[in-house]
Amino acid sequence: MSFFRKLQGCLTGLINFIRRNSGILIGLFCMIVFLILTQPAFLKVSNLTNVIRQISVNILLACAMTLVIIIGGIDLSVGSIIAISGCLSAGFITFNNMNSVAAILLAILIGTAVGGLNGIMISRTKIPPFIVTLATMNIGRGAIRVYTHSKTILVDDALYSFLGEGRLFGELPIQFVFIVFAVVFCGLILNRTKFGRNIYAVGDNRQAAEYTGINVRRVIFFVFVISGFMAALAGILTCTRTYSGQPNVGTGAEMDAISAVVLGGTSMTGGVGTVGGTVIGCLVIGIMNNGMNLMGIDSSWQYVVKGVVVLLAVFIDYVKKENKVSGLRIRALRISERKGGE
Amino acid sequence: MPEVILQMKGINKKFGSNQVLSDVDLTLHRGEVLGLLGENGAGKSTLMKILTGIYSKDSGEIIVEGQAVQINTADEGKKHGIRIIHQELMLGQNISVAENIYMGQEIVNKFGFADLKKQLAQAQKLLDQYGLGIKADQILRELTIAQQQMVEIVRAISFGARIVVMDEPTSSLSQSEVELLYSMIERLKKEGVGIIYISHKLNELFDITDKITVLRDGMYIDTVDTGKTDKDELVQMMVGREIENYYYRTNHPALETIMKVEHLADGRLVKDVTFDLRRGEILGCAGLVGAGRSETMQCIMGLTGRTGGTVEIEGKDVCFGSLQEAIRAGLGYVPEDRKLSGLFLQQSVDYNITINRLGELIRMLKIDRVKEQKMVSEKIAEFSIKSRGVDQSVSELSGGNQQKILIARWVLSAEKILILDEPTRGVDVKSKAEIYQLIDKIANNGVSVILVSSELAELINMSDRICVFCDGHTTGMLEKKDFLQETIMTLATN
Repeated sequence: MSFFRKLQGCLTGLINFIRRNSGILIGLFCMIVFLILTQPAFLKVSNLTNVIRQISVNILLACAMTLVIIIGGIDLSVGSIIAISGCLSAGFITFNNMNSVAAILLAILIGTAVGGLNGIMISRTKIPPFIVTLATMNIGRGAIRVYTHSKTILVDDALYSFLGEGRLFGELPIQFVFIVFAVVFCGLILNRTKFGRNIYAVGDNRQAAEYTGINVRRVIFFVFVISGFMAALAGILTCTRTYSGQPNVGTGAEMDAISAVVLGGTSMTGGVGTVGGTVIGCLVIGIMNNGMNLMGIDSSWQYVVKGVVVLLAVFIDYVKKENKVSGLRIRALRISERKGGE
Repeated sequence: MPEVILQMKGINKKFGSNQVLSDVDLTLHRGEVLGLLGENGAGKSTLMKILTGIYSKDSGEIIVEGQAVQINTADEGKKHGIRIIHQELMLGQNISVAENIYMGQEIVNKFGFADLKKQLAQAQKLLDQYGLGIKADQILRELTIAQQQMVEIVRAISFGARIVVMDEPTSSLSQSEVELLYSMIERLKKEGVGIIYISHKLNELFDITDKITVLRDGMYIDTVDTGKTDKDELVQMMVGREIENYYYRTNHPALETIMKVEHLADGRLVKDVTFDLRRGEILGCAGLVGAGRSETMQCIMGLTGRTGGTVEIEGKDVCFGSLQEAIRAGLGYVPEDRKLSGLFLQQSVDYNITINRLGELIRMLKIDRVKEQKMVSEKIAEFSIKSRGVDQSVSELSGGNQQKILIARWVLSAEKILILDEPTRGVDVKSKAEIYQLIDKIANNGVSVILVSSELAELINMSDRICVFCDGHTTGMLEKKDFLQETIMTLATN
């Protein structure tokens, strides 16, 4: 009995999820069908593994960015944290001859600490997250250029190559494991913990959260720590793919993450959003990029298309919401207009 | 009889299949204050939105100064001299008083640039004319709420408004500020402006209006002369039946003391507060705005720091460093402004009710859905909270239901002491009566209730004892037999 009830619960959850994200899901579906029909290369295993590799970094960033945006914040520093953890891991191995496991863990720790720094400054003061993370973004990028002397650090290490090129069960790229980890980790936090519910509370109404006995500062701090951690992980994934630490990696990565979160229906004003929606947003951006590459569209145009798609999606969402709120009103107005015109 | 300045005849309005106004009439004379009374959802604000051109009517007539007019946009409403003063003021906080007054009708010189000097001089002339003592070059946010309201009224007049609608104008004013508003209204009356005055507070309507029009469920009930009616008649017209036991206090508590507050101070508004609280009693807290009542409660709850004094609960000395600690000790605090510091408006009904009890509902990544559902449905039934379902977002509910949800949240976690700060502000008559019954029930269950309220009638009828605050001090503790408006006001102002 209880199994069936659980199944039923899952099903209604799924249906609700589809209904809520219907617009973007239809868009994703059409895009996939179009690519299957016009680009025979799309369904090839080599291409699909490529897609997984390409979107993995963005999924890591965007899942954590969802939490950040739900609390009403923004984290612009994730791109720089990618460079920090990636280049440091490479540097530790190449310059310091460190054991690669230790080097990677230490690099992740330092990246997470940058997130913690953001968290402390944002939760302890009323300086807007936009300003704080804009500053750490620049500081981080500059510091890593100093560290690397603006040169690429090459790495020759078995574990490093495995994280970049490794496969599981034959064809499945190792990055898939990280994708699953990020989605499950952030999803569980948001839906299955007290901390997750408090995240929505802080984003919806910070003062009310304070008057409800929620430790708002702690919530904000840990959300930025999570964002730093995910970005650091993404940095390792980025640099292992080229077996090298390049000081310019991750430039602009924060914008792709924010785009995916917004496409997934998370509200920039806070309080509303899901990890599921964000994953769909990442898929849309990732598959769109891949499709345009397959079609041989110039990368400059790809930027234009990406921007247009985000605007379009947000606009549709806006129209949908407006209609829900004032649909009755608009109808009433139309009726009265018609009467007036007679 | 002065001439009729505004007439609305047979106004009908449908939203979808929902008839919100059916054949509503309204007549306003020159220099008259007309009270508009009705429960939430009675159609008052829809009617006013039709008058000011925000909504368009389905049928009916609007006649301004003898001429039938079409008002389809807010601009057209302005053109016919109709202005509304909203509950939330529509002013720019960071610009000067003069700029606010002339916003949208800026005075320009011959080159088309804003003539700030002339604007400033004219604004000052207007302000002086009404004896307001406000400087035209002051930045708006430096003014008190009451002064800002005056600026909004002056602005309406400067637009040439002949009909002014005031929507709950006293909701954030103190008693002395209300007097300022009243004298302003008197002046406007003398100048022949017609005023429609919307308020839930019956006392106010008796103070200031000449006539009162009552709406119920979108229908016109009657218009009565204020001098020839009384409270009971109005309430009856409003709800369609007499509310028996409007105030509701049934039990009289034991004498056991649960909390003792002595010489409490927070270094700001709370200076020397001493009172005791008994188990299962309703202790009213009376005082003027700024007397430090809410601040005292926030200090006890650990929301603000303490600079002196002691708080004893069940014989133990306590000093909560944060709200979490107070909650753990069985205290609860329903804050004054439910939208600003209470509810999570975008979240669902069940989310808002359970947020204080998540520790029991969520363990090791598992949510106890059965327990959650039971907790929520029990409270929804007990508090008769009306919504489309537990997953409806709270922003779509009426003020009364929102308030009940907030109280439900705190009843779930406050086992010993529940502090209610203005629990019936901005709530319609029917919900008010329901909330009074709830408060009575909470106290009868053995929880001590502290009721902070600015409505004396509410305090006198609901409390077992009343503690009076004045300028950060407690100036008296009254037993039920001594409850008199005069006594309380004397203590509150001494």
